[in-house]
Amino acid sequence: MSTAAVVARGAGAGLGLKGSLSRNRRWALIASYFFLVLFAIFFLIPPYYMVVTAFKGDAEVAHMATNPWIIADGFTLDQFKLLLTQSDFLIFFKNTAIVTICVVSITMVVSVLAAFSLGRMRFWGSSILATGIFLTYLVPDTLLFIPLFQIVKAVGLLNSYWGMVLVYPTLTVPFCTWIMIGYFQSIPKELDEAALIDGAGHMQMLTKIFIPVAMPGIIAAMIFAFTVSWAAFVYPMAFLYSADQQVLTVGTVTSLIRADVYKWGMLMAGALLAAAPPLVIYAFLMDYYIAGLTAGATKG
Amino acid sequence: MAEVSLHNVIKRYDNVEAVRSINLDIPDNEFVVLVGPSGCGKSTTLRMIAGLEEVTSGDIYIGGEIVNDRPPKDRDIAMVFQNYALYPHMTAYENMSFGLKLRKFPKEEIRKRVDNAARILDITELLDRKPKALSGGQRQRVAMGRAIVRNPKVFLFDEPLSNLDAKLRVQMRTEIKRVHQMVKTTTVYVTHDQVEAMTLADRVVVMNGGSIEQIAGPQDLYHRPKTRFVAGFIGSPAMNFIRCRIEQNGAGLRARISDKISLPVPAARSSRYQSLAGKELTLGLRPEHITEPRRSDRDQNCEFEITLDVVEPMGMETMVFFGVDGQEICSRVEPTSAAGPSEKMRLYANMDHMHLIDPQTGLVL
Repeated sequence: MSTAAVVARGAGAGLGLKGSLSRNRRWALIASYFFLVLFAIFFLIPPYYMVVTAFKGDAEVAHMATNPWIIADGFTLDQFKLLLTQSDFLIFFKNTAIVTICVVSITMVVSVLAAFSLGRMRFWGSSILATGIFLTYLVPDTLLFIPLFQIVKAVGLLNSYWGMVLVYPTLTVPFCTWIMIGYFQSIPKELDEAALIDGAGHMQMLTKIFIPVAMPGIIAAMIFAFTVSWAAFVYPMAFLYSADQQVLTVGTVTSLIRADVYKWGMLMAGALLAAAPPLVIYAFLMDYYIAGLTAGATKG
Repeated sequence: MAEVSLHNVIKRYDNVEAVRSINLDIPDNEFVVLVGPSGCGKSTTLRMIAGLEEVTSGDIYIGGEIVNDRPPKDRDIAMVFQNYALYPHMTAYENMSFGLKLRKFPKEEIRKRVDNAARILDITELLDRKPKALSGGQRQRVAMGRAIVRNPKVFLFDEPLSNLDAKLRVQMRTEIKRVHQMVKTTTVYVTHDQVEAMTLADRVVVMNGGSIEQIAGPQDLYHRPKTRFVAGFIGSPAMNFIRCRIEQNGAGLRARISDKISLPVPAARSSRYQSLAGKELTLGLRPEHITEPRRSDRDQNCEFEITLDVVEPMGMETMVFFGVDGQEICSRVEPTSAAGPSEKMRLYANMDHMHLIDPQTGLVL
């Protein structure tokens, strides 16, 4: 868009402030901001509590009379030192990282190929199959873990984080495939026809045209697979029981809560560290999450 | 460079016949335009030549070989799409070289060809831009460049100008014609715009309802349409179709279009139409052949007076509309001679350009 058009629009908005339309719009904006701020506060309280508690000493955490919302007795990194030296936190972190990297890779390979064939190659039964894949996602893991237990046991992966690499994709692949079918279908048909005429085979069409063009969708699917795999709770809870195989979510909780003794400081420090990678990845990938990458492919 | 032939080509989707037994021979280097209203099967025909649609029955030949079962990449064709279909993540250069790269051409050869095509299309300075940063006309040029660098046997264009605004469309039309004159290659071009068809084509193929109505050069198509459909489709504003009765008038014939108006059939046509005397037919006469009386040596019998309904000034000419027996007729007159609405005006019908159409069969007699 040209600068002139932007200026013209800006001027129009300025003039419009006097009209009833803009008064209406102002009220809508005020209401929007009010509720947005309300929701933001609501959702930010738990993370805030986590951050504040993680930097307190054990004595202050235990002291009932102090204000829980501020750090009164001084900022300390003791909880982090304890967590990293006195617990299996680093093992959990390493296990989670291995599982997540494997799960994301497997998911992307399987669901990109599945989505391309289901969304683009149009064969008999492809649309029923596509719906069927989505339906499998609707079965919750709280039900699936019972039959899956038998399977994981049968292949000898009980109490091994490699078992997680096997079972997490049952959650991630259907949903990622579904996202990507939608993305691939939004790519204009003429693009593959042009590629066909240019001499591309199906594999070249996928790697040279579809994957680059659908990158925003692929990144969205990756973020999803990463989140599911990083935050999974039910499966590791059910299938893993020794500390050297445990992952972050279950490991932190089980090792830092002994009977009715809650090590709140270390729990919060662990939660903070566990939440860091998703935060960093979100922030980093959002930059690449460029909407409108397809602009210009066809008449836009 | 190759000739393209279609022999009894049929395309059926489930129970709908989109293309009904088409026969078409396109000699080497000819520019053929398939034109017709939407749904007439012109795009389907083009896509069958490209190999993007399977042929239900019949044969397609490119360069003398049957290509029915060959995939698009082995047909040695290049296609330009209506929405350009440029690869959005590649620069113009990469877009144009993609096909050559897949065919494992050496780097220097690719560069030479792309540079050459870019020079022909005047897009040399745009080569490192992505499609997003190009205007509609520039994108269309890149899409054409992608076709040119391949140096294919046949160029296929699928309504390439439909997405451009009116002014740019006229520019690009000239551009396409210029490129075809420089890069002599057999070309099949699909459009629904009869002006594009007339201006670009060596021969125009008019299609309707899945069949070919007529194949002819632009001038022939305009002056000697074979069917009512072609007569009405080619030319803008469209030809007037007026109910008439052929009457014997001494030695000659007259076409009576209302109680008051009957126009003499030119003597040269009398013998051809003699057997039609007494029949109810449709008289076809283009707006440009109903004018204010111009020449002094005109046949006074061809003049008649009417009352105008609507007057549309267009600048270089004025369209006037009037009713005869409830049928609206359009005429093209000099702006200075046009009367106002509801006023009387004297018009002259140039009957040398008349057509008689059988209303039952739709054939021009």
